[in-house]
Amino acid sequence: MSDQHYELHDMAPDVAPGDESESSIGAKLLVYGIGLGLALLLTATSFFIAGTDLVWQPSIPVAIIVLAIAQMGVHLVFFLHITTGADNTNNVLALAFGLLIVFLVIGGSLWIMSNLNHNMMPMDQLMRMQR
Amino acid sequence: MSMAAAAHGHGDPHHLHGLEEGHAGPAPKRIVTGFGFWIFLLSDIVMFSCFFASYAVLSGKTAGGPSGADLFDLRNVAIETVLLLLSSFACGLASIAADARNRLWFQLAMLLTCLLGLGFLSIEGREFADLVSRGYGPTRSAFLSAFFTLVGCHGLHVSAGILWLLTMMAQVFAKGFRADIQRRFLCFALFWHALDIIWVAVFSVVYLLGSAA
Amino acid sequence: MPAAPTVEAMMLGKLDWSAIPFDQPIPLVAGAMVLVAILGVLIWVVVKGHLPYLWDEWITSVDHKRIGVMYTLLAMVMLLRGFADAIMMRSQQALAFHSQGYLPPEHFNQIFSAHGTIMIFFVAMPFVIGLMNLVVPLQLGVRDVAFPTLNSVGFWLTATGALLVNVSLVVGEFARTGWLPYPPLSELTYSPGVGVDYYLWALQISGIGTLVAGINLVTTVLKLRTKGMTYLRMPMFCWTTLASNLLIVAAFPILTATLAMLILDRYFGFHFFTNEAGGNVMMFMNLIWAWGHPEVYILVLPAFGIFSEVVSTFSGKPLFGYRSMVLATMAICIISFMVWLHHFFTMGAGPDVNAIFGIASMIIAVPTGVKIYNWLFTMYGGRIRFATPMMWSIGFMVTFIIGGLTGVLVAVPPADFLLHNSLFLVAHFHNVIIGGVLFGAFAGYTYWFPKAFGFRLHEGLGKAAFWFWLVGFYVAFMPLYVLGFLGMTRRMQHYDIAAWRPWLIVAAGGAVLILIGIIFQILQLAVSIRERKNLRDRTGDPWDGRSLEWATASPPPVFNFAIMPDVSGEDAYWSMKAHAKQRDLDKSEPDYRDVDMPRNSPTGFVCAFFATIMGFALIWHIWWMVVAGGVGAFATFVVFAWRDHDEYVIPAAEVARIDRANLEERRSLVSAAGGAG
Repeated sequence: MSDQHYELHDMAPDVAPGDESESSIGAKLLVYGIGLGLALLLTATSFFIAGTDLVWQPSIPVAIIVLAIAQMGVHLVFFLHITTGADNTNNVLALAFGLLIVFLVIGGSLWIMSNLNHNMMPMDQLMRMQR
Repeated sequence: MSMAAAAHGHGDPHHLHGLEEGHAGPAPKRIVTGFGFWIFLLSDIVMFSCFFASYAVLSGKTAGGPSGADLFDLRNVAIETVLLLLSSFACGLASIAADARNRLWFQLAMLLTCLLGLGFLSIEGREFADLVSRGYGPTRSAFLSAFFTLVGCHGLHVSAGILWLLTMMAQVFAKGFRADIQRRFLCFALFWHALDIIWVAVFSVVYLLGSAA
Repeated sequence: MPAAPTVEAMMLGKLDWSAIPFDQPIPLVAGAMVLVAILGVLIWVVVKGHLPYLWDEWITSVDHKRIGVMYTLLAMVMLLRGFADAIMMRSQQALAFHSQGYLPPEHFNQIFSAHGTIMIFFVAMPFVIGLMNLVVPLQLGVRDVAFPTLNSVGFWLTATGALLVNVSLVVGEFARTGWLPYPPLSELTYSPGVGVDYYLWALQISGIGTLVAGINLVTTVLKLRTKGMTYLRMPMFCWTTLASNLLIVAAFPILTATLAMLILDRYFGFHFFTNEAGGNVMMFMNLIWAWGHPEVYILVLPAFGIFSEVVSTFSGKPLFGYRSMVLATMAICIISFMVWLHHFFTMGAGPDVNAIFGIASMIIAVPTGVKIYNWLFTMYGGRIRFATPMMWSIGFMVTFIIGGLTGVLVAVPPADFLLHNSLFLVAHFHNVIIGGVLFGAFAGYTYWFPKAFGFRLHEGLGKAAFWFWLVGFYVAFMPLYVLGFLGMTRRMQHYDIAAWRPWLIVAAGGAVLILIGIIFQILQLAVSIRERKNLRDRTGDPWDGRSLEWATASPPPVFNFAIMPDVSGEDAYWSMKAHAKQRDLDKSEPDYRDVDMPRNSPTGFVCAFFATIMGFALIWHIWWMVVAGGVGAFATFVVFAWRDHDEYVIPAAEVARIDRANLEERRSLVSAAGGAG
């Protein structure tokens, strides 16, 4: 008998990412179904907004990004069962750390590169000078 | 000196009393495996963010060639999106079947996931082939390099996922719902759902924002 | 219209006899010598019948202790190769005044590129990863890391990368771009040979290995701790391991993506970083340093952890300011992702961007300062024992402070406009990497060697090695600060300015002193092995340690702890010892149980074998071999996934027998020292 691993029903304070607490099959189906429905709705809205003239044009990029973030949230909650419960703390913290890095890499790169592009001569112009 | 149950130290020189009430010991294998794969997924998302960053920086560099607005067919993208979303749902069904240890429903749900995923890949493959045949392949401009790389990387991940999916189907068929196979399937489900999350970013940032430009 | 490919071209890609440097004596002779040495070792191993032992106990091992030792061994062997490059550079620069020296430019460029690549990726990284692998599960009171077989895969993939870089010495060439291959120089137009490809594939493959190690150690620290070991009771080394590996998991994907984009440019004609069709070379610099800066913190944080352990043990006191150390460590972890532009202040960013990153770069010095003060306060009032690990720690404190100060200096953008890419910069980063990472690695090596092998290292030779390293470092690198102020740029193959020459000669002398230090280290190892009976560590606690690794035998049994400890405070082992000395020697036996351990597996080695084939084939454009290698690697994983028995049982009686032997040794030492109290 091994002493280093506990059975799943022992006092395990954490939950694996992607796992959810015990519930009936019907309840689980409902969760995935709601997630699917919400995701389809958000997707349709995104496509609609991108193609329509009914919305104030400058707000379209912001709207699409907000809808995308919302849909990612729907996936995380309904498909991946990431919640803010105490048993999910490690998973949420890891996700938060990853998101911070993503934000720093994308945001930092955009800021830096636009600053560089603004200050430096375009490469094809530079190349033409060399000839 | 005994290492028995009485191996308590009363050292707590800084009177910190720990971050939690107590700590039960190493976590069960399912949690360890799932968490490790979760960390891997986060690393994968950071990798995708670099391709997103490059795409964002280079999206205007069309070198006299076509831009996104000229090339993207949003109808195809909508179909791809629905296919992938439905495949995520099907994967959820497979998760429920695996928890219930129902082989038939598991294999059916996985088959459905596979077909929907293959549908996604075939549409994307056709889109790429079409662009290349018109001379708008990844070597045409920096924008196209970034586009093909970002979307193509996602497609490669989906392809790898399909290979993994088939392997999981074979494993469950041959060995049933053994504990280690269940753990691997948990990882597969995480992977498949994460791919759909990344696709949300792809279709929003690349296709929708690109077409609006 | 290009001619149809010949059969030979299809079979061998770009490979032909001109790849071997018959016309260049230095790499030819060096390569021949290394080949002879390797063949000699292999033949000796086979003839003496050691191969089955090596295969069963080391090559296929999934034991974190064995894998940690192999990582460290790889690092030390590669240190010799990287140092050979350094001696060549120093001697070339000492000679090449109004002269070409003895290294032509194409060769010199490969040497400084190989030096940096090897030292960062195949010395520093494996050294710290090896020590973390060896020690962390023991300190956490558990039996192994989270994913033992994956651990083996990670090590062997790292070894593959090292192998490919060394193969480039004799088959083909290495990159001439420096250790970070900036475009457009690294693009196909200006680097048409295989050099950059060797670099790219070696790093992509070993990068997977590093990522695997990162995932493993993060999961281990967060999910696998013994009963009672809450986060704030972990040894400091485990906290720095967590921070460093979080950085690995976050930063290495950036390296993978960026090198992949360069590969796409070179192999498929993409335009990420080209000069034409809209590519942007600065994007490479931006992304590669977004990886590159966290990388140096990946290296130094474990070293900080080692110092925390060593300083508290050899001062006989608990670490001062444990909670502030934890905060400082996590602060460094986060801020290290906010400073990367300081590596390219001079490359076109405006003053606002430069200012923000410059300020952030200065802020990051603060938590490091907190750590230094905490180590000093740990020493204050303690009974200090100047064993070799402690000497390395004190040497680190002085040296690293100087390096850190010069870092704050170059963090000021206007100053950096003068100092960027000068020898001042070279001196700064060697100051912090050698003074911080390498001294830390050596401290950890001498501190944990008895735990890993069961006998101590010879103290006298260790101290000699330390002094030659310390003095040699200052003699080799302080002149470089002066040279930076005198205007000398880095990577110069020859020069005409007389004022520089004396400093370069002194620097070369310093390199010789370091060489003597290395010779003493090799001597120390050889002598210690020969004298190992006299140097035996009988109890497992040679230094009167404070954390749980010292509660095991030296070397620990495969299962580490017979009974996993139950921890209720910081410095877990120290309080256990105090408790035991206060009571009468308790003769009651623990309740031994069967132990499940993971089986050894050839997966790692076989996978790396196929990865080597794939890497070599990708470099030389041998496409059929690429496919074969890829299929082989995939098949290896499927075979591994299909196995039915992944654990074996160690019966309770065997566990009991091993544990009793160690307890006997400890009791006899305690009673020899005068019994309880």
